[in-house]
Amino acid sequence: MPHIALPENQPGIRGAMAFRPETAKPLNDLVEVLLRGQNSLSPGERELIATYVSYLNDCHYCQSIHGAIAAAHLDGDEELVLRVKADFQYADISEKLKALLVIASKVQRDGKLVTAEDVGKARSQGATDIEIHDAVLIAAAFCMYNRYVDGLATVQPRDEAMYRERGKMVARDGYVRISKTYLPAEPVER
Amino acid sequence: MAHIELPAGLPGISGGFAFRPETAKPMRELAHVLLHEPNSLTPGERELIAAYVSSQNDCYFCQTSHGAAAACHLGGEDVVRRVKTDFENAPVSPKLKALLAIAGKVQRDGKLVTSEDVERARREGASDVEIHDTVLIAAAFCMYNRYVDGLDTWQPRDAGMYVQMGQHLAEHGYLKSSQR
Repeated sequence: MPHIALPENQPGIRGAMAFRPETAKPLNDLVEVLLRGQNSLSPGERELIATYVSYLNDCHYCQSIHGAIAAAHLDGDEELVLRVKADFQYADISEKLKALLVIASKVQRDGKLVTAEDVGKARSQGATDIEIHDAVLIAAAFCMYNRYVDGLATVQPRDEAMYRERGKMVARDGYVRISKTYLPAEPVER
Repeated sequence: MAHIELPAGLPGISGGFAFRPETAKPMRELAHVLLHEPNSLTPGERELIAAYVSSQNDCYFCQTSHGAAAACHLGGEDVVRRVKTDFENAPVSPKLKALLAIAGKVQRDGKLVTSEDVERARREGASDVEIHDTVLIAAAFCMYNRYVDGLDTWQPRDAGMYVQMGQHLAEHGYLKSSQR
């Protein structure tokens, strides 16, 4: 049971967001820009970073839903998502993404662990400053989302089919648009 | 030197914000709702939670700037220092102590928060919104701190600059930059 009275029938972060729409808005706006906005990293690559960090933080809901969204962006390749979580150095992803995942995993522990060598490696594999910035911020942001979801003891179903279906919907519609289905309607301005 | 080419002369998170306005906007809005907008927890109490979590994460820029904002709201630095070193014996309300205990657990891992922690906060008068906001402030500073440190931003050791910044944040909140 969640630590506070969250709306029922809304698993994971959705229950918390429906409880407090004022903070839900910037939280959804941020994830929309980071994972779906115009970017030289594909949505699938960015969802893999989010999934990997959520896996390191051991957040069941976030790693399951973002893993499903990543797979939906990557032609349904759930195997690739599993391999990235298990050992991304041997997964079938670009060398650039591997270098960004190294940076992300250090940010997950402590931003101060990122070294100039880590950044140099990413650059030598073709990463731009914006891509490095976004890898750092995606990792940092999921250290927030994961703690928010776990810290309130939200409902986190063990139902892979649910995540798979939801993942396809979020990959198609995006975070902000789909939030209208679970957030209370915004008050009409008078 | 920062890991990427951030605009020169902007300390801490201001450099990251100026580099990427698209992500700065929701990050500013989130901090503004959590720390500045009307709430049954005072701005000073919320800044203390932010400063405490930032000190647990050992982020110099964030703990100093939010510590300065808290000091400005609360009329002195002493309480900020005591909250950082030992909040259970600091001159703050029993409710805020219970909320800081929750925040300290969220800083490590959200799963560490127990129903006993939440019960204690409720017994001291905390509402569900206050518990929610404490969890989210602690979680959000696990983001801001990692962002500031992960880019290796410029974090000057200049006490006067942080006092000014704290005053600006306390008065105006987070929607606009405190840097001219």
